[in-house]
Amino acid sequence: MAKIVVVTSGKGGVGKTTTSAAFGAGLALKGYRTVVVDFDIGLRNLDLIMGCERRVVYDFVNVIQGDANINQALIKAKQLDNLYILPASQTKDKDALTQEGVEMILESLRETFDYVICDSPAGIERGAYFAMYFADEAIIVTNPEVSSVRDSDRILGILASKSKRSVENMEPIKEHLLLARYNPKRVKDGDMLSVEDVQDLLDIPLLGAVPESEAVLMASNRGVPVVLDGKSDAGDAYTDAVARFLGEDLPHRFLHYQKKGFFSRLFGS
Amino acid sequence: MRLLDYFRSPRRRGSAQKAKDRLQVIIAHGRANRNSPEYFPQLREELLEVIKKYTKASNEDIKMSLEREGSYEILELNVTIPTTDTK
Ligand SMILES: Nc1ncnc2c1ncn2[C@@H]1O[C@H](COP(=O)(O)OP(=O)(O)O)[C@@H](O)[C@H]1O
Ligand SMILES: [Mg+2]
Repeated sequence: MAKIVVVTSGKGGVGKTTTSAAFGAGLALKGYRTVVVDFDIGLRNLDLIMGCERRVVYDFVNVIQGDANINQALIKAKQLDNLYILPASQTKDKDALTQEGVEMILESLRETFDYVICDSPAGIERGAYFAMYFADEAIIVTNPEVSSVRDSDRILGILASKSKRSVENMEPIKEHLLLARYNPKRVKDGDMLSVEDVQDLLDIPLLGAVPESEAVLMASNRGVPVVLDGKSDAGDAYTDAVARFLGEDLPHRFLHYQKKGFFSRLFGS
Repeated sequence: MRLLDYFRSPRRRGSAQKAKDRLQVIIAHGRANRNSPEYFPQLREELLEVIKKYTKASNEDIKMSLEREGSYEILELNVTIPTTDTK
């Protein structure tokens, strides 16, 4: 029986899709059968980030409406055998997602996978609501910046009051904080909220901080999840975060600014 | 702890501290309202209207809160009505 994990934030552009792809790949690398589901109906993007945009035939809404079965809609990632994606529909119909439809799809994915990662759209409307409703765990992606932190707190409130687990008085959703686009130099200069600040404010356990990194743009250009796209700071930070998500206790490597020494400047880092 | 933090990072006097202070206030405020029912803001507005219709109280004179006690919710309304000669 799979765990359903929502990747959410409230605010747009903070790194949810990047994180969903990285976690999908990271969990698959660890040997778990993983599927990443794009809930951004009308603004499909996960397929591009994971490099399978040209193989999309059927999507989420086709399956809900009975035009395709789930196996026809799932796309296997090129890089890994146990990683799949379920693309979002490009329909403009806001009501294409229904509670019964989403439940039917997630329940059938639960049967065959170990992890179902739900990539939430921004906002707090239908798509975001359905992405979080059935979740067992939540990864809250936050940037060290005022509006992102506030939106994350709003989302925590919604998880605690509107999710299936809260409505049905089950054990609450397990929450994890992932700080993305972190810039240790600016934190040191006192102009960016630190990991400790954000943890103080949101008060949920930290999976890790992913540094602001060119590697993310390059991986997205190539359509390869950043953890699979060669060695990089962001890739390593995500790999560590996945390990912590699975319960490993690793030291944090990317929280503090280190002035680049002669050798690391010479050979890159 | 806080004092120690202060000494450990003496350079920390940029805008981040301001951001944290503002977020602390706004998040605490958001959490206080988180558990109140959806009708609460509307109820509040309408009660304020009625009170202002009959008295000289203004928004700041009216404090309203909802508290949970066991299986009850207690709506507490506190109005300071200014005496007529003050206006
Ligand atoms: N750690 C990072 N470093 C640099 N750029 C990043 C990082 N994380 C995300 N980005 C960039 O930010 C933009 C938004 O990311 P995305 O994952 O699509 O966010 P969301 O899904 O929350 O809208 C993209 O251009 C992405 O390449
Ligand atoms: Mg996205």
